[in-house]
Amino acid sequence: MANSVEQIVLADATTSLAEYEATGGYQALAKARAMTPAEVTDELLASELRGRGGAFFATGRKWSFVPSKEKIPKPHYLVVNADESEPGSFKDNEILSRVPHRFIEGCLITAHAIDCTNVFVYIRGEYSGPYEILVNALEELKDRPELRGDVTIVVHRGAGAYICGEETALLESLDGQRGQPRSKPPFPAISGLYASPTVVNNVETITTVAPIIAMGGASYAKLGVENSRGTRVVSLSGNVVNGGNYEIEAGMSLREIIYDLGGGIPDGRELKAVVPGGSSTVILTKDEIDVGYDFDSLAQLHTAMGSAGIVVLDDRCCIVQLGVRFSEFYQHESCGKCTPCREGTRWLTAILRKLEDGRATQGDLDLVLDVCDRINGKCLCPLGDSDAIIVSSYVAKFRAEFQRHIDEGGCPFGGHSSLDHVLAPVAMHTAHSSVAQVPA
Amino acid sequence: MTLYEAIQAERAKYPPDSRSAVLPALRLAQAEHGWLSPDVLREVADALDVTPAYVKSIASFYDQFHLAPVGEHLVEVCTNVSCAVVGAQQVVEAFESELGCHAGETSADGKVTLRAVECLGGCGWATIVAVDSHYRTHVGAGDVPAIVEELRGE
Repeated sequence: MANSVEQIVLADATTSLAEYEATGGYQALAKARAMTPAEVTDELLASELRGRGGAFFATGRKWSFVPSKEKIPKPHYLVVNADESEPGSFKDNEILSRVPHRFIEGCLITAHAIDCTNVFVYIRGEYSGPYEILVNALEELKDRPELRGDVTIVVHRGAGAYICGEETALLESLDGQRGQPRSKPPFPAISGLYASPTVVNNVETITTVAPIIAMGGASYAKLGVENSRGTRVVSLSGNVVNGGNYEIEAGMSLREIIYDLGGGIPDGRELKAVVPGGSSTVILTKDEIDVGYDFDSLAQLHTAMGSAGIVVLDDRCCIVQLGVRFSEFYQHESCGKCTPCREGTRWLTAILRKLEDGRATQGDLDLVLDVCDRINGKCLCPLGDSDAIIVSSYVAKFRAEFQRHIDEGGCPFGGHSSLDHVLAPVAMHTAHSSVAQVPA
Repeated sequence: MTLYEAIQAERAKYPPDSRSAVLPALRLAQAEHGWLSPDVLREVADALDVTPAYVKSIASFYDQFHLAPVGEHLVEVCTNVSCAVVGAQQVVEAFESELGCHAGETSADGKVTLRAVECLGGCGWATIVAVDSHYRTHVGAGDVPAIVEELRGE
């Protein structure tokens, strides 16, 4: 369950409209509608809110990029990215389940700010629970035309594809195509859904909008630290006593999150490493956790908050196996459009598997880094890049462990790693053990 | 409401010349028929005024659509890292031994299809098992016999 230091997004959890209104719900909407769209956007700019989906782009700026209807005479769309699929992140799941009306209020305020009447919420197909809660909450608004205004909110379910969390892939998928990223430009603000000006925002971003309007952008900007204002809902998982979502004030240290909120490492084990912001972020060693959980502090360690999924790994975790498992994930989820990603993620899996199985030579370790180099920056979207970036960070920070796999002709954990023999979906149809077929 | 009518209701939510209703249409068709056979894909294509090839190109892209028959129930175990480090593999193996089939297969009685899946988005409540698309949290290998009994008992 959610705990917090400063609750803004997850405060006063309720799924019912009556209870939400009893705690001041939908008053920010009335306040926003009394303002001009430009004034609402200015409030967001003043709040310094930056997107919570991973790219951390300033929300108010994103809204301000939408051209006027005189310039481009097409409808505007708001598309909310609820396709939360990043390994380690489960915050949007809980936000939609606990405060659906705060989320809807954010949609309605944003629609006003960008002059749009059509909102699409693209929710991952697996989230049946949050989907049902959201649909029920929208049902409650049916009899409340004064709240809905002229805005239509359609909840669109995905069908199982990590790549659809990438905004242009999401737009393709919503458009009834395979979820494959587009080349940019044009950016969605100019040509997004149905080739019309579109704002794509994450669930947490949207759910923060109503509180910002209620308290004023300047008040919100007093929370947190420079370049990372306000609160952040962080997802804590892995080898930690109290896994769950915690709303923190940005800048709290990673050590405090893991030990004070999360209760530390269970079973008397030692911390080994932390994935700080979902699978796609550069790993941190146990000696690097005295870092503020904010954009600038993490950037100094060449990593990021990403989608705020913190995965804690104890000393039973083999880092080579970690590379195998995440590479299997990226291989499975690659949409296949760009060759470096489609082929590279498969090769990374294969070579890392060879290392893990003790069949690798010294040259294979160089080959891993070489393959990373041949993916990174050479694709339309960051999926392949992510695999390349994380695997090269594992090699950089745990090189001795990779070397032992070569020198000792196999895994030094001898079958006792916490990730030993875990069956990945990509291997499900080719092998019933996790020992995938490795090309010669 | 027939499947055709249900698909038209979905189409009405989107601009008339868009193909956006293809995912909802496939979801509805799969809910009715269990899996997306070539005949079902044709039915969806007719309802959307598109070709069966187009519909199949979409259905084959997404993980949740079944292009081969599945059991009455679907058990999906997340084996991504957060679940794996707290014992997801033991959960998979417990299901394999209870059901007598491997992950990716259906039990001999046709009751349950077992799959390993990528991150389900419940990492802090690991291991996550989606039973007929509803999440069970904190599942351990010891919980598996009861889940299987529940599914077989119906």
